[in-house]
Amino acid sequence: MLFWEEFTVTAIMAALRRGEVSSREITQAALERMARLEPQLHAFITPTPELALAQADAADRRWQEWRRAGTGEAPPALLGLPIAVKDVLTLAGVRCTCGSRILDNFIPPYTATAVQRLLDAGVVVVGKTNTDEFAMGSSTENSAYGPTANPWDLNRVPGGSSGGSAAAVAARLVPAALGSDTGGSVRQPASFCGITGLKPTYGRVSRYGLVAYGSSLDAVGPLAQTVEDVALLFAHLAGHDPRDSTSMPVPVPEINLRHDSSLQGVRVGVPEEYFVAGINPAVEGAVKAAIRVMEGLGAEICPVSLPHTEYALPVYYLIAPAEASANLARYDGIRFGRREPAETMWEVFYRSRGAGFGQEVKRRIMLGTYALSAGYYDAYYGQAQKVRTLIRRDFQQVFEKVDMIAAPVAPSTAFRLGEHGDDPLAMYLEDVFTLPANLAGVPGLAFPCGFDANGLPVGMQLMGPHFGEAALLRAAYAYQQATDWHRRKPPLAEL
Amino acid sequence: MSLTREEVEHIAELARLELSAEEKDRYRQQLSAILEYAARLQELDTSQIPPTSTVLAQRAALRPDIPEPGLTIEEALRNAPAAEQDQFRVPPVLE
Repeated sequence: MLFWEEFTVTAIMAALRRGEVSSREITQAALERMARLEPQLHAFITPTPELALAQADAADRRWQEWRRAGTGEAPPALLGLPIAVKDVLTLAGVRCTCGSRILDNFIPPYTATAVQRLLDAGVVVVGKTNTDEFAMGSSTENSAYGPTANPWDLNRVPGGSSGGSAAAVAARLVPAALGSDTGGSVRQPASFCGITGLKPTYGRVSRYGLVAYGSSLDAVGPLAQTVEDVALLFAHLAGHDPRDSTSMPVPVPEINLRHDSSLQGVRVGVPEEYFVAGINPAVEGAVKAAIRVMEGLGAEICPVSLPHTEYALPVYYLIAPAEASANLARYDGIRFGRREPAETMWEVFYRSRGAGFGQEVKRRIMLGTYALSAGYYDAYYGQAQKVRTLIRRDFQQVFEKVDMIAAPVAPSTAFRLGEHGDDPLAMYLEDVFTLPANLAGVPGLAFPCGFDANGLPVGMQLMGPHFGEAALLRAAYAYQQATDWHRRKPPLAEL
Repeated sequence: MSLTREEVEHIAELARLELSAEEKDRYRQQLSAILEYAARLQELDTSQIPPTSTVLAQRAALRPDIPEPGLTIEEALRNAPAAEQDQFRVPPVLE
């Protein structure tokens, strides 16, 4: 089928609009690819084939009605498009595990606003994707349902925690997927899998129905092959939701991706703190080459400094676990989720949580509980909140001088499954370049900019001021017009 | 920064987590290492710096306080491990 040549949101929607293909055909093709490749990839926790085909048939009926009428209101922009949803976002009636045994049988009675907005735009949901338990991880190895493989090398991790969504898009199982990003969980897997992913500004996309991890950091974001596709999904996701008081009533700009591919007049800051010892030379080389491409397109490149970058990691790993320890208190074995048999209610709490949570989740609950406990609050949580202010100020000061910041997404390319074993600090260091954007609440856009000697994708990120997604998308679109890294696909995607 | 086994047990009790002896030992070592790493935050003088609890520049958006229909009892109990007479059933709370 022709559309496999370019399995993008834009190409599929054009084919559906022209009537060259039906949503059922595309959805069935996606489900067949899932059936064939999932034994190797394991990108999904819960595939939803019956739901998907019913949604696809409903979409096809709407397309037919519109065609028969000959005129009338155009169908929704994503009508009939198959997508995948990370299993930390609820879809009413479909099991939502969060990658945890404690929610193994949880059927949410409501749908997340981000998911609902895409459903309103016409999407078809083919399944819920794998994630580190409660989104806590950088490799998707912390899932209670087993790890996901990287489509570029099945012995390597896809990144995390939205590793299932990133692997599904990279392997062309779906043209787009939803993820969540608390410390890099959309951008880092997008980078490891060679695709494009956006962490919007904190407060830009509703968190209603996103199972809470670190509530002052969590963001819902789209993953797809191209900036153009990510921009299209973002336009539907963004906007105020009365059900999330932290979603801001800020107007969502119409995003016109310029077709002249110029970056004339755009000031791009390059922070010295993101090119330090320990960074993989292939990553540094590819990102610096990408910055030269931007310069060639007219951008003005300016050295900048974010002096408190080195403190982002300890700040994050106190604040996120502290918020997590409070958020995960709700899993008590009483109202929903796993309950271990016990003689008293107190024992139900201890046993259900002890047996239901995995190692990393328990580690972060312990860390967060300690950081918040009497006698240690000021030294750990309180100090982390103050240093967070310094990190925010770094960004504010830099954005007085430049329009955006260009940096690597991660210090390395995809690492081997099991490589970080039982060394949590080594794993946490994978997030060192993505955490600052969450702490400052600014948007970050990751996209492919090259490959290392092993043929693994390298990602670059652009960060901008609050609610500045449109400028990042325009700049990255110009970059993708001038390069073809985003068009490379893993050998697995040819099968 | 080195945690004692008693401190680990105290935190686990606060967090209502049942841990095995092996987990207590592992978390004692790993949390000690992480907290030691985090100790570098003490290098910074933050006496004049206000804490950040939210990055939002404007106040949270409030909606009118008007009651709306929520979940039905049946929906609320659908995921309950045990329910009886439209309520969550739990083991004894008091001895």
